[in-house]
Amino acid sequence: MPTKPDLIDVRDLSVHFGLRGGTLGRLVGRDAGVVRAVDGISVTLREGEVLGLVGESGSGKSTFGRALLGLAPATSGTIGFDGADLTSMSRSELRALRQSIQMVFQDPSAALNPSMTVAEAVGDALRVHGMKSSVERRERVVEALERVGLSPVQLFLDKYPRDLSGGQKQRVVLARAIVMGPRVLVADEPISMLDMSVRAKILQLMLDLKQDLGLSYVYITHDLASAKFFCDRIAIMYLGRIVEIGDTEEIFANPRHPYTKALLRAAPDPDPARAVAKDLPRGEVPDAAVPPLGCSFHPRCPEAVAQCGWEARDLRTLLETHWTRRTPEEYDAESAAVGSLDALARPDTSVHVGRGGADAVRSILDRIRDEEPDEPLWRGVADVTDDGAGVRVDFHPGVDPALRRAGGVDVACVLYPDDSPDDSAGG
Amino acid sequence: MAALRRVLRALATPFTQTAGLGRWMLVIGLVITGIFVLLAIFAPWIAPYGFAQASADGVDFPKAGAPSGEHWFGTDRLLFDVMSRTIWGARTAIEVVILSILICVVIGVPLGLVSGYYGGWLDRVLLLVMDALFAFPSFLLAIVFSFLLTDLFGGSVLAVAMSLSAIYIPQYYRVVRNTTVSAKEATYVEAARAIGAKDGVIMRRYLFGNVIQSVPVIGTLNAADAILTLAGLGFLGLGIQSTDAAEWGHDLNRALADAGAGVWWTGLYPGLAIVLLVTGLTLVGEGLNETLNPTLRKRRLLPVVMTTREDR
Ligand SMILES: Nc1ncnc2c1ncn2[C@@H]1O[C@H](COP(=O)(O)OP(=O)(O)OP(=O)(O)O)[C@@H](O)[C@H]1O
Ligand code: SF4
Ligand SMILES: [Mg+2]
Repeated sequence: MPTKPDLIDVRDLSVHFGLRGGTLGRLVGRDAGVVRAVDGISVTLREGEVLGLVGESGSGKSTFGRALLGLAPATSGTIGFDGADLTSMSRSELRALRQSIQMVFQDPSAALNPSMTVAEAVGDALRVHGMKSSVERRERVVEALERVGLSPVQLFLDKYPRDLSGGQKQRVVLARAIVMGPRVLVADEPISMLDMSVRAKILQLMLDLKQDLGLSYVYITHDLASAKFFCDRIAIMYLGRIVEIGDTEEIFANPRHPYTKALLRAAPDPDPARAVAKDLPRGEVPDAAVPPLGCSFHPRCPEAVAQCGWEARDLRTLLETHWTRRTPEEYDAESAAVGSLDALARPDTSVHVGRGGADAVRSILDRIRDEEPDEPLWRGVADVTDDGAGVRVDFHPGVDPALRRAGGVDVACVLYPDDSPDDSAGG
Repeated sequence: MAALRRVLRALATPFTQTAGLGRWMLVIGLVITGIFVLLAIFAPWIAPYGFAQASADGVDFPKAGAPSGEHWFGTDRLLFDVMSRTIWGARTAIEVVILSILICVVIGVPLGLVSGYYGGWLDRVLLLVMDALFAFPSFLLAIVFSFLLTDLFGGSVLAVAMSLSAIYIPQYYRVVRNTTVSAKEATYVEAARAIGAKDGVIMRRYLFGNVIQSVPVIGTLNAADAILTLAGLGFLGLGIQSTDAAEWGHDLNRALADAGAGVWWTGLYPGLAIVLLVTGLTLVGEGLNETLNPTLRKRRLLPVVMTTREDR
């Protein structure tokens, strides 16, 4: 199969949101920091392709999708479309561009103005782009509604969203998206709010539309099963980065990134209508405002090695989980020896712990290690030395793995040799 | 066709969705208000004489004449027929109220929309100004404005309506601004942006229809207050003069001197008119409030219709 030409070419795109610190915080000049919702993504969308973006909540999928329409401002990087860079376009250029790139939203009930009829809602897309004649608009609206399977059209034209079912509303949203004849649809979880019974129908409709209108899709989802059914290529996202990207078959047959493996284990159900992530990797998605050092997946990674970016906060998590399994008496004794964990709140690679004597702290750490010798954190500990009333734990320096070629896919993980000449380490 | 059905449905909602007390308040309020509106519209035909008519067929009316077959509500010291003035007074009151609501909507709603949509310094400045206006004692504000505006426009209905608007604009502004602030976060606004709509279009076609819904309630609730303020201004001798239009407050002011002389009819009827209309409007306002305010609304139970899956 000859490779199709690139339609959208995203290079090192970052979208950061400033956190609004409280008024007090701003007064005392405290920097509230930023959320790195999208943090250095490079990807291309080819003509006629369905590109899937898969990841847990908060991985930046929606923000990336909104950035493709210029709805979320890019902090850095470029988005090439038709030879132009979307990130440097003026507002009116962006508005014109939206005839070519359109969006389908997750919640069809929220995406339609409650005080507009179906005909008005779909027709408004034409109206804002200067189609004055209401007769002409009506014609195009009817055509679009027929395409999305809302027939007999006359029955729907003057209905309000509240009179329609979820599936019908999503069809209206699709009609509004295609009525201007776009080339790309960004579909942000288009089926996740719908009834099980209509999910497959809407996906099938989207495939039909792609066929008939020559569309390309960016399909955003947190559900791998529907992605497997729908996508040509899949990008797995984690904390604003792409950690693995490749052809759908290859990703499913041979997942390489530990996060992808975990996601696949969690959702073994091939039926797109049923799969729900059941058993995601241990721990929670870290705060995107202060991401982990090194590989941002390392606190949850079962395969992590020494250079994955181990740091003070991981030790804190380890101690805290350890204590949840202790009796109150044991906890009191151990926490007295270890002292406050506040020193472990920052991303440091060399930390001091303990106030009850070096030996006491050392023996607690040894005990934790003996209980679970396979805990990946220990692979990252370079040295434990006596330091005053406690010990100093030194971690191996971490590396932030860039995407590299491995088999048929690109993966961002140190377990795969980085021999690509490309040095586009995002960030 | 569809628009007509929409309007009819909107008009019927208050009745279909209220029950018990709320509905009765609304009905009684509407009846009372309706009577005054009819009086206002048909004043020239209903009132036996003009509001500034002191004679008929070349014969002067009696001075402060007691109620009689000729003059059911009697006459006042300026020889005017009290019944005619009371009826014509309804016209003035309704005119002023409608005009001032119009001014409020035309100024308050766009200001609220723009302020809530754009936010930033514009929003903060407008909020400050409106809050200051709102915090000012409202009657005092009306007095100040009617002094200023009567200088400009004379003691006309327009001038009085404008000075009343100054009191109520902050309320319209605030309600519209606050609903806009929350409505602009809705996905359908983002969707409008996604199809390429300009800010103006988003405000006009997407936000306006959804933030305007609280305006009728503020309108009716303020209408009662506006009648009282109008009468208050008239009572102080400000605003509309006797020969320009019949105004109840102004008539009350002139009736003050009569009360001691046993002439009760010059004060009773305009006073009664004020009380009735204010009651009517308050009932409508409260009834509407109860209907349109979802936290208070008690919907009647509707039968649940199950659709089969295939129908979806
Ligand atoms: N407008 C915004 N202002 C500040 N932070 C934001 C904004 N939009 C998104 N974020 C933050 O950016 C991160 C990514 O959000 P995003 O909505 O893109 O994730 P997502 O992958 O779409 O998640 P979900 O599956 O829940 O939809 C989150 O931490 C979110 O809190
Ligand atoms: S680099 Fe690879 S092995 Fe290391 S933590 Fe990240 S995913 Fe796991
Ligand atoms: Mg999302």
